[in-house]
Parts: sequence; C-alpha cells; structure tokens
Amino acid sequence: MSGAAPIPVEGTVRRAAPLSESFRELGLLVFILLLCGLFQLGNHNFLTLGNIRDLLTNTAILSILSVGMMMVILTRGIDLSIGSIIALAGMAASMTVSAHRDIHPLLSILEGVAVGTACGALNGLLIARFNVLPIIATLGLMNVIRGGTYLLSGGAWVSSYQMSDGFKAIATGKLLGVSYPILIAVAINLAFVYFIDHTRTGRRIYAVGSNPDAADVSGIPRRRIIWLVYTIMGALSGLGGVIWAAKFASAQSDSAVGFELSVIAATVLGGVSIAGGSGKVSGLVLGTILLGILNNALPLIQVSPFWQMAIQGAVILAAVLTNVLVKRNNQRSALQRRVI
Amino acid sequence: MATPILELKHISKTFPGVKALEDVHFELRRGEIHALVGENGAGKSTFIKVITGVHRPDAGQILVDGAPVEILGPADSQKLGIAAIYQHVTCYPDLSVTENIFIGHETVHPVLRSIDWKELHRRAGELLARLDADFDPRAAMGTLSVAQQQIVEIAKALSANARIIIMDEPTAPLTARESEDLYRITEALRDQGASIIFISHRMEDMYRLASRVTVLRDARYVGTWNLDQIRREDLITAMVGREITQLFPRRNVAIGKEVLRVEGLSRTGFFRDVSFSVRRGEIVAITGLIGAGRTEVCEAIYGVTRPDGGRVLLDGEELHVAGPAQAIDKGLGYLPEDRLRQGLVLDWDLARNVTLPTLGQFTTLGWIHTGKENAVAKQLTERLRVKAGSVFDRAATLSGGNQQKIIVAKLLAGAMKVIILDEPTKGVDVGAKTAIFEIMNELAAAGYGIVMVSSEMPEVLGMSDRIVVMREGRVAGILETASSSQEQILRAAMPESRAR
Amino acid sequence: MERTIRVDRPWSWRSFFLQWEWLLVLIFLAVHVVNSLLSPYYFNADTFLQTPMSFLDKAFLVLPMTMVIILGNIDISVGSIVALSAVLMAVAYNAGLPMPLAMALCLAVASACGLLNGILMTRFKELSSVIVTLATMIIYRGIAYAILRDQAAGGFPAWYSALGWDSVGGIPIIVIAFAACAVVFALLLHRTSFGRRIYGMGSNLTASRYSGVRTDAILLTVSVLTGLMAGFTALFLTSRMGSTRPNVAQGYELEVIAMVVLGGVSTSGGKGRMAGPLLAVFIIGFLNYGLGLVNIPAQVLLVILGLLLILSVLVLNLRFRDRHPRTPPATEIAGP
Repeated sequence: MSGAAPIPVEGTVRRAAPLSESFRELGLLVFILLLCGLFQLGNHNFLTLGNIRDLLTNTAILSILSVGMMMVILTRGIDLSIGSIIALAGMAASMTVSAHRDIHPLLSILEGVAVGTACGALNGLLIARFNVLPIIATLGLMNVIRGGTYLLSGGAWVSSYQMSDGFKAIATGKLLGVSYPILIAVAINLAFVYFIDHTRTGRRIYAVGSNPDAADVSGIPRRRIIWLVYTIMGALSGLGGVIWAAKFASAQSDSAVGFELSVIAATVLGGVSIAGGSGKVSGLVLGTILLGILNNALPLIQVSPFWQMAIQGAVILAAVLTNVLVKRNNQRSALQRRVI
Repeated sequence: MATPILELKHISKTFPGVKALEDVHFELRRGEIHALVGENGAGKSTFIKVITGVHRPDAGQILVDGAPVEILGPADSQKLGIAAIYQHVTCYPDLSVTENIFIGHETVHPVLRSIDWKELHRRAGELLARLDADFDPRAAMGTLSVAQQQIVEIAKALSANARIIIMDEPTAPLTARESEDLYRITEALRDQGASIIFISHRMEDMYRLASRVTVLRDARYVGTWNLDQIRREDLITAMVGREITQLFPRRNVAIGKEVLRVEGLSRTGFFRDVSFSVRRGEIVAITGLIGAGRTEVCEAIYGVTRPDGGRVLLDGEELHVAGPAQAIDKGLGYLPEDRLRQGLVLDWDLARNVTLPTLGQFTTLGWIHTGKENAVAKQLTERLRVKAGSVFDRAATLSGGNQQKIIVAKLLAGAMKVIILDEPTKGVDVGAKTAIFEIMNELAAAGYGIVMVSSEMPEVLGMSDRIVVMREGRVAGILETASSSQEQILRAAMPESRAR
Repeated sequence: MERTIRVDRPWSWRSFFLQWEWLLVLIFLAVHVVNSLLSPYYFNADTFLQTPMSFLDKAFLVLPMTMVIILGNIDISVGSIVALSAVLMAVAYNAGLPMPLAMALCLAVASACGLLNGILMTRFKELSSVIVTLATMIIYRGIAYAILRDQAAGGFPAWYSALGWDSVGGIPIIVIAFAACAVVFALLLHRTSFGRRIYGMGSNLTASRYSGVRTDAILLTVSVLTGLMAGFTALFLTSRMGSTRPNVAQGYELEVIAMVVLGGVSTSGGKGRMAGPLLAVFIIGFLNYGLGLVNIPAQVLLVILGLLLILSVLVLNLRFRDRHPRTPPATEIAGP
C-alpha cells in the first residue's frame, strides 16, 4: 500500500513530552499576565477587587458552557444551538417563577437543566443516531429552539419585577464573599476535571475524537458517547440559561443571541483542537479567562464593545490556523528524520 | 513431540474474483519464533486475518493447543491469547501510551469509579521495562517514533497475556538500531514464553531470529524448513519458483526515442535519488516490495505530490506540474493503484467517468456537447471491450476488470505520450488481465511510453522490456527483462542485512 | 464477440416522476392552495409578481450555495458577507462616493470576502469549511459592527429604491435579475465542464483530483461566486429596506441552507439539481406570505425552517443510504 506510515518523532521520548504540551498553557498564562498589565496601565480601575469580581461573574456562564463545548469539540463536533437553549431554559424558569413566586431557586435551576438536557438529547439523537452533520443539526435546532422560546413566551418578556428575589439571588447571591455563579462555575469545572481525566467515560470521549474508527473497532460505544456529550452540553446550557436570566433579571426570546460564538472562541483559544481528540482543562480555563478579560477590559480602555465580535472571530481564526501550522511543522520534521 | 500451540489445516479463503488462500497448512510450536515469507499477494495478509478473526476461512480447521477452535471474530481470537502487531499501528495519537495500552480495561477505584492513574502508569512502565524501553508512558502516542509505537503495541499484547504473537513486517519502517532493539525484544518475548509468527522480507531478520520458516506462494503452502538447513538462494527460489502458466501476448514493437526521463527525483521521507527513463514503445516495470516507494514516485511524477528534488523531462522538456491537471495536459496519464477511491467516481456512469480528465475536448467555451461525449465514450469502451450494456451504466456496477478498462479509457480520450499504470491487474480476474495486457501492447505499439508498477513477478517479466527495482525508497537496480530471473528481481528488492 | 454499447439514455415514466423535485412541486401547489383558502383574493397577478419581491433578495444566495453543498462543503458566512458589503456601501456613499461606485464597491467587497473564504479553504485543507466559514462569519459581521456600531446608514438616492421596488414591463426588477442569475447558474451547473467538475469533486474529491480536475481553482471560483451573489443580495436588500445596519441578513445562512437541502441537495455531496432549491425558494417564500396572512409571527417561520432543514436531511440520508458509499470501507477493498 502506498499509505504513509504514521508520522512520529525519532529518538527517545522523555519527560520532554509533557513539557511541550504545557507550552501552550504557559504561553496563555504569560499572555494573560501581559494583557492584565497592559490593561491596568490603560485604566487603573482594571485590577480592582470590584472589577475582578465583575469579570469573574460575567465569565462564569462562559466557563460553564465552555466545559460542555470542549466535550463536543473533542468528539469532532460543534454545537451552535447553545445560545438558544440558554434563552429557552431561562425563559421557562423565569415564567415558572413569575407564576409561582415562592418556588425554591434550586427547583428553578433544576427546571432549566431539565429543559436544556432535553434539547441536548435531541441534538445528540439527530447527530449520533441519524447521522445528521453536527453543523446542520445544531443550526436547525438553534432556530427551532429560539422560535420555541418566542412561542412559549408569546413574545413577552419576563422582567425583573416578575422574578422572585430568591430567583435573582441565583446570580447576585454570595457565599463567603464569592458570588454564586462563580462558585457554580468552579464546581462545574472541578467536576469536569474529574470526569474527563479520571473516569472511563471521560477518556472515551477523547478516544472517540482521536480515532473514531479505532474506537468502533475496539468496542467503545461511539454513538452513545456522542449522544452523551451533546446531552451534557444541553444540560450545562440549561444551567447557564437560568443563571443568565437571574443575572440580567430578564428573560427575552433573543437572550444570548450569538453567545455560542463566544463559547467556541473561548474553547478554541484554550487549545482544544477543532480536529478533535486533544485539549486540556487547564487550557480551557485559561482560554475562558482570557476571553473574559478581553470582554471586560476592552471597554475599560475605551475600545468600543462593537469590536468584540471581530476580535472573537480573529481569535478563533488565529488559534485554528496556529494549530494547523504547528502540526504541519511537526510532520515535516518527522519526515526529515526518516532515513532513506 | 509436544502439541503445537497453533495449527492451521487445509485453510482456504476466497474473495470475489480472487483466491487468497488455498489448502494452507501451518504449525507453530510452543516457544518458537517461526518466520513466514512470501511475495506480495502470496496470502500472508489473509493468513494473519484468518488467525486474528478478521476473516473466517471458507474451509479448514484451526487448532489451538491441539483443540479445534472457532474464531468468529477478533474478540474470540483475543480470548485465545492471540495478538497481532502490524507495521501501521492503529492507536489514539492524542492519548498517552498508558491509555492506549489499557483503554477499555482500566483499573478503577472500587467505589469512586475513578481511574487509578498511578497504578496504570506503573503497570505500563513495568511492561515497557520488560521490553527494555525507556520512554515515558505518559507521553502521547502521536509523539512517539514508529519503533516506539510498535513497542507499545507489544506491551499491549503482553498486557492481554498473549501467548501467540504475530508480527507483520515489524522491521520495515525501522532503522538499523531500532531493528536491533526489536530483535532483542522479540527474543525476550520468546524467552518469557510467547510463541511468535514473524513475517518479514528481510533475510537478516529470519536468519537471526527464527528457527523455522514457512513459505507461501500464490495462496498455497510451499513448505517449511529449519533455517539452519536452507540456503538463502533456495529460500528465494521457493518464494518465486513457479511455472509461468500465464501466457503473455507476444509483442514486436519498435522502440523509439526517449519520451520520459526521471532524474534524481527525491521526496523527503519517501524516496531518494530515483532515476530512470522510458522510450516510446517501451514498457518499463517498476517493482519492489510494499513500502519501497513505487507509488510515491509515480504520484510525484504525475503531480499528485510535490517532489523535493530532481526533475522529470517529457520529450526533453522539463515538466513543472502543479497537479494532475497539468500532467494530463502535457500528455502524462496515470492509472491509480486504488481504483475505487482514486480512479473512478463510482456514482457516475461510464461516459462521465471516461470524459472527466479531458472535458475540454467536448466543450466549447465550457458548454458540454453530450452527444459527442457519449459517442467518444462508446467508441473507447467498445475498443477496450468493456462489458457493459450502455454508456450510462453506473461505474459501481462493473466488475473490477471492466472498471480498470474504464480508467484506461479515460487515459485514451486525450493525447497522451506516457501512461503510468499502478498495479493494473490487481483484483482483476484472469480473462480481464489478458485483455489489459493486450491493451498495453497496443498502446506500446502506438508509440506510447508505458510505466507499469507491479508486484506480480510473472507479469513483470512477461510484459516489460526493462525493470526498475526499488528498495526502501531507492532504486536498487535497473534490469533488462530478457536477461533477468524472478530470483534476481526478488533479491534486488529485498533489503540487505542491517550490519553496520 | 463484439457487443455494441448503447448511447441512448434509459428512460421510464416511473423513474421520471419518482424524483424529489416533483414532491416539491406538489408541496408548492399545496402551499398555494392553503394560501388561497386563507385569502379569497389570493390568485391574482399582483400576488405572484409582488410577493416574490419580498423574499427574492436572499434567493440569490441559494444559487451558489447549491454548488457549495454539492461540493460537500458548507458556508455559514453568507449573511455576514451581506451585512459587511451593505454597510461598506452605505458608509462609502455617505462619505461622498457616487452611488453607482458604491454599488460596485458592495459587489467587490462581497466577492473579496468570498475569495478570502476560498483562499483559507484551499491553503489550509486541514480545516473544514465549517470552521473556516464560522470564523469568517464572525469576523465579517464583526467588522460591520465595528464600522457602524448600532447605527443605521442610509440616505440613498431616490432611484436606488427602484432596484428593489420597481418593475419593468410589469415584472419586478428583482425578479428579472434573479431569473437571469438562476438561468446562468443552472446552465453552469448542468451544462458546463465547470458544473460537471463540481459534481465530481462532491462525489469523489480524490478521484477528481487524480483525473485532472483543478480542485483548488474550482473551490476558489465557487467561493468568489458565493461572495458575488451575497453582494447582489446586499444590493437588493438594502434597496428594499432603504437603509442598512450591521445586523441585517442575520439568519440568512439557515434560510439559504434550508432551501438548498429542502431542494433535494444532499449534504454528503455530489447529488442534487438546481431545480429543487429554486422550487424551495418559492415554497418557503409563499409559505411565509401565507403565515403573514394569518398574522403568524415571523419567528414561527424560523421554527418551520429549522424543522424543514432537519427533516429534509433525515429523509435524504435515508434515501441515499443504500447507494454506493462515497468511500468504500477499507476491509472490503483490501480483501487479501
């Protein structure tokens, strides 16, 4: 057969390998610190406790969703419907609260998660069972769900005075000085680290993305895993949706429009390869924080928030192209070491 | 005499149109390293797949430890303690060595269900240590060299407590030093109780490691010998010695001037310093073992890939092709090795397939004249005696031989000077083979220069005027067919001893 | 024994009528029947000539998108290209550029955006069209936002609105323009070597390349055409709206892709015809009109489109499942 042999790197591989992988995280960390320094120079209010707390709270939702997106992208997929799921879950929870003021906030959260899970499961069904391309399935459902949000609410908003204080406290409440959203995000991330690095199912997610054919052959339930990641993505979007509605104290049918793009940007920036199979949680966290900093700091240094979108797009493109160039370079040097 | 650990009796396997194994015997003794040799297409690959459960034999019996077994699938084979290690390792390149070894059966904490990484890394390290490997099990598989990946595969086999290990051309992608390491590991495996089937083309491998050797030829079992009792020349004869029963059409073609010249062509990592020439009316065969680089050279000439050095001259003019499109324009045609993936659009009918490379001929300013197109397609397919009812038959419905003819028709629709055919008769039945040979002769007689890549010795000797033998990415020699024998060719194609 | 090979194309009434496009014709007629039940004054020339004006602007995109999907790719940046080129046109005009030049600028910018997509895809083949057009979708609209913020820009000359609102000889200009483009694209796809090669690439990219198809050039051309048509959409849309903002044409990518897929063009590539998406344009357009008759909000249309997209893909997947797979599984070919 004329196929090329796997492209390896000659020579013994020692502890050097983990170092080269951490290179990216290190780079991100350095970049973050540099940026913070620059932003602080531009506006002394940047590194204040108040602003940092603001930043982290705003980034919390981004973080929760990027956890889900990382899993989706690990399996070589994509999910454009998460913004709509946020809207639907938020709307459902808000409308329930609006009608039953004394409902416990935890139940609201559960409701949101349930709604999100159902949406995610539907995505998963289309993609895993019916072989619909992820882009198509999630693009279609994105609109169906958002339309559904509109229909559910009858076009009406749920605004602050209709929400119970308990509900709004989901976003504004604090425990030991740290706001709930941050705590939830931290908890989700910790749970995620455990899941993806220390459980069999988590590792299988990597396997499915790394080599889907090998996964099929070695008996890994590839379809079930793919269905699972979209379902989890949906659940997390639902959770994010409730926090979103609480935080902005309003639920509209056009909440979170375009948010999926920020989430993808954060994930890709964090080093999760769009080709699937690789990415680390540490990178994800750093990427999310970096994006959160950009969103927070740019207005502070008088950069119009209207540049946000273009910057996010540029970030995604740059991250993805960098990945390709690095991979090509590796392949080239590996070929050079093949002795003919 | 102890019962052999593995025995195959009267094993036969046929695929549509081709007999892969016919009444093959094999016997593997406990604790031996047994070499299996044969040319490309002799049946080794199918042989392995039958043992590992990928294919089920049409006839015959497999016995493990003297008892007949039924291997219905890879899982059964694994349960019997059989493991195979291939040249091209299937793995998860982004996951660590440890994970690649243990995926599917990681040890988990009894209550928390979390993976015990410390334990797994330790066990992986142990396995690697048994194989004298010094790399970190935490490294990602994709960052390892081929040799190291192979070692991981062996470690996997060990972790599954494999007693019968099949190694398929393991030294092919390795350097001399890595091969030495592999020899050591193989011997260590044997000493630790495994029985090994070692498939290789390297005489050195066999004579160094194995105690016995079995030869397969043309899907049949030829014989088994003790390696200290058979000379290398006799082994080669056993591999190729055959009556040439296939009749090759006679040719009397006047050979003209040089039409293709390849000078010092190189592509980093694939082949180096390849030079040969082809004259009008001549058929030059390129042969060698799998992995020698034959197809890579052709693809570089044709423009599918870009060479890093050297040049190609067509009719004296240097060829700078950015892709196959330019090659075709200049008069260079190529029949690809993988006809289904590279040669045909299976969903399309014959006519559209035939005219795809030369659409310009049937268009004015882009507008296609389907009448002209269909007429030319009909003409060509009839000339090549393709068995089809109409030019609108879907390519997928044709037999292998007819599909090949369609691809040849593609090349004839334009004005070609040189045609490169890569394994033109692979997977083609005897009748169609003869037809293809006749077509080749006609083309040669018409003044085309023909390059034929082939692994089939009789075909190479029967059809060509000269033979370019490739070995491990270089040209090992260019022989005059009239004065060459199968043994000569094979000897040139087989890698030398690795001694420094 | 010589066997003559036939060159007459096999034909049967059954296979002729069993095509997807006839199903679409039925749906098309059904939509009109329902609409006429909803509004007694439905069947008149006015309806059929005026209504298309409201939805044909995005129809320009359906033409190249059909090619894109037949190629096996996708392009979700089209809405953003429309927005950016419209915004730049408005800004340029308001900065003093004569309107005809501004319109030319609109087309140029749109084509350039398409070209960039093509360059990225041909230079970085490791990247799928999904991720490339996702990134450019964000960048293009992002630039539009950066330029125009949340403002609107307009103030176009009076004659400009004629483009989207007026008729010539009783037929709306936009209908004429679209019809012309549709004819060109249909001919390109079905009667030229360019179109043939597109089908080849979509069906088997590798074999096409080996057969001498200049795959990069074709991909680039289709990308530029996509951009150009987005420019047309921008011209007509802006003319009808009288002004433009950075958030115009939001959601166009879904609508256009839905129309193409509903038209029977499979996302796996290599299959489908222009006639289907053309029918789908009118089906969706008149369906929307019908929804308006009963005062159903526009959001419902989005739901319907999403559902149609998914349903069409499901049905097409099932329909083409048994045919010869694009790349046969390795074990089958390898054999021994």
